[in-house]
Amino acid sequence: MNHRPITEDDLHAYVDCVLEPERRAEVAAYLGGHPDVAERIAGYTNERDLMRAALADIADEPLPPQLNLARIIENRRQRSWPAWWAIAAILLISISGLGGWEIRGAMQPSGGGLAALAQEAAYSYGVYAPDRTRPVEIKASDSAQLVQWVSSRLQQPVKVPDLTDAGYRLMGGRLIATSNGPAAMFMYDDDRGSRLVVLTRPMQTEQSAPMAPHSGDGVSGFAWADGGMGYSMVGQVAPDLLKPIANEARKQLRAI
Amino acid sequence: MNDMLLSIEPLIPALRRYARALVRNSATADDLVQDCLERAVSRWNQRREGELRPWLFAILHNLAVSQFRQLAARGQHVGLDAATERDLGQDAVQEKKLMYQDVLDRLARLPEDQRSVLLLVAVEDLSYAEAAKVLNIPVGTVMSRLSRARERLHQELEEPAKSAPKGPVQLRSVK
Repeated sequence: MNHRPITEDDLHAYVDCVLEPERRAEVAAYLGGHPDVAERIAGYTNERDLMRAALADIADEPLPPQLNLARIIENRRQRSWPAWWAIAAILLISISGLGGWEIRGAMQPSGGGLAALAQEAAYSYGVYAPDRTRPVEIKASDSAQLVQWVSSRLQQPVKVPDLTDAGYRLMGGRLIATSNGPAAMFMYDDDRGSRLVVLTRPMQTEQSAPMAPHSGDGVSGFAWADGGMGYSMVGQVAPDLLKPIANEARKQLRAI
Repeated sequence: MNDMLLSIEPLIPALRRYARALVRNSATADDLVQDCLERAVSRWNQRREGELRPWLFAILHNLAVSQFRQLAARGQHVGLDAATERDLGQDAVQEKKLMYQDVLDRLARLPEDQRSVLLLVAVEDLSYAEAAKVLNIPVGTVMSRLSRARERLHQELEEPAKSAPKGPVQLRSVK
């Protein structure tokens, strides 16, 4: 019977005890016939044991107060609630303080612009990006359906930027309600837990505007408008890293 | 909330060990672990199912690396713990202590990228694929770094006088 040749990877897997029993026996037989290799591998095994023993006690030490996880979670909860209450309060005040929807038209000239779009994108990021269960309504696998749906609701042909080159995969999207009408939200993921949101909707004002950075609440974003459509890209990413991605998205959206 | 507590808490000792072996200063290491836990708590919803251990180690590793970079940029370095012997436990016999001290010294002399692979695989028992995920490198690179790390550590242990002129520790051949 022909055996597969023994590789250096096999030898390490042997040292780390992660080989299947059958392969392990083959490696052991090989080492039996090659004393020089066997000596090196015995050395590796010995050094591994020594290292583990030398570091073992650290894991047995009692945890210091700063690493009390229950307390870290509690602190976090206390910090995050006021922020949400503040957002809710601002929303309530801005709606009730203006006397309801009757005078909504009065705030349109200043309210529908890039700053409003940026805020809407940041809110959408805050609500949907942490969502584990259903961050998007329609998944990327049905992106044709997604594009058709949001285009018909926005009454504009909507395009989805492809951010693969920047390491972000399209997860999907959904329709968002804003005080300036419906908007389409697309979400991206870099497979390492970092998500980006792109929000787009028709602009009543500032139908064409250069790219402007915005930030707040731990997220940064870039907003711009082209040909009557506004866009904002938001994520928990440093602005200097986000900007080239936003530039790429703008380039694609212009080109199509 | 409780689910987060129950799944992360048992991993804290291993995170501490990895951090301490990387930076060799217990106060700095625990600060890194604290940062790591805070981030894990705030990004809990962004983790992937069934990959908790590599996810936590990745957060910790990235924090440690960015700290190394910051310190290097400022031309500073973290002071090493003087009290490593105490850390090793009182009951260990003197000879064992010296051997432990010696292997840790040699480990510390490995380049950072080789040291982290060796620690993740050989001490923390991460699979090669998990280590690749933590370090954001292909599995092939994990294997080649592991190979270089072991070879280098082994050579240093074999010939202490040649590569470590300051090492006063005379090693007997171990086992």
